[in-house]
Amino acid sequence: MEFLLSPWPWYVAGPAISVILFLLLYFGKKFGLSSNLRTMCAIGGAGKFSSFFNFDWKQDIWNLVFVLGTILGGFFAYNYLTETHDILLSAKTNEALKEIGIDQNNYLPSFILDGLKSIKGILILLVGGFLIGFGTRYANGCTSGHAISGLSNLQLPSLIAVIGFFIGGLIMTHFIIPFIF
Amino acid sequence: MKYFKFLLLGFLFGVILTKAEVLSWYRIYEMFRFESFHMYGIIGSAVVLGIIFIQIIKRIRLKSIDGNEIIVEEKEKGWKRYIIGGIIFGLGWALVGACPGPIFILIGAGFYPFLVVLAGALLGTFCYGLLKDKLPH
Repeated sequence: MEFLLSPWPWYVAGPAISVILFLLLYFGKKFGLSSNLRTMCAIGGAGKFSSFFNFDWKQDIWNLVFVLGTILGGFFAYNYLTETHDILLSAKTNEALKEIGIDQNNYLPSFILDGLKSIKGILILLVGGFLIGFGTRYANGCTSGHAISGLSNLQLPSLIAVIGFFIGGLIMTHFIIPFIF
Repeated sequence: MKYFKFLLLGFLFGVILTKAEVLSWYRIYEMFRFESFHMYGIIGSAVVLGIIFIQIIKRIRLKSIDGNEIIVEEKEKGWKRYIIGGIIFGLGWALVGACPGPIFILIGAGFYPFLVVLAGALLGTFCYGLLKDKLPH
C-alpha cells in the first residue's frame, strides 16, 4: 500500500509503459495518442473543410476508448492513489523557478491552475494546445508515437522528430518562458 | 466488450503517468533544464524495453490476438516534417507541460484549464489539415 500511494520511480513507470506498447501491438493496434485529435476533428465534421479528415475513423474508435480509459485512470490515481500532490524538484530547478517568478507549491503552477481567470492565462493554454495539435500532426506523432513506439522500432524519422521535440522544448524553456512571466 | 481491453490499458496508462508525476508541468520544466534524471529514466527505460519487445515480436514472428502477423507501422521517410513539426510540438509541450496523453489524463484528474489546451490542440490539428498541402514535408 505504501508503494502504491507514494510517487512511482522511473524504473517502474518506464517498463510499465513499454508493457502497454507491447499489449497494444499484441492486440493488433499501435501506441499513439495524438492521432486521436485527428479522429476527433473528423467526427466533428472537419472532413467538410479538408480531405485530411476524410478517413474511416470508425477503425480508430478503440483508440478513443483508450483515451477514455486514460481520463478515468487520471481521475482514479489522482484522487485515490496519491497521498501527497507535492512535487519534489531538484534544488536547481526550484532556484530557477524562483528567479523567473513561478510558484512551486502545488502539482501545477498557478499560471495554469488559475489560467482561466485571465486573458493572458487563457492565451497561454490555447497557444500551447495549438502548438501541440499542429506540431504533432505535422510531425505525424507525439511522445508516444515517436519517442516510445518509433524509437523502440529503431526508426530514423522518429529520432529526427524527438530531436525536434527537444529543440522546441529547450527554446521554450530557456528563451521564451523567462520572458512570458 | 471487444473494446474493454483498450479501456483497461488506457486506465493503466493514466494511472502510470499520474503516479510517476509525468502530468506535472514542473517535471517537464525540470526535464528541459536537464536537472533531473526522472523523465529521461522513464522514456529511456520504456524505449530500451520497447526495443527488446519489438525485436522479440519480429524474431519469433509473434501473431497478434486475432491471428495476424504483428506489423509495426513504419513512418514514411523524410526529415522536414519531423524536424519542423517536432520543434512546433516541443514548444507547446514545454509551455503547458503536457503532451497529448497527459492533456486527457489531466482533465480526468480534474484540472479543467486543460480543456482549453485540448480545444487549442484540436484547433491546431484542424489548421494542419487545412494547410497540409502548402507545408514542406
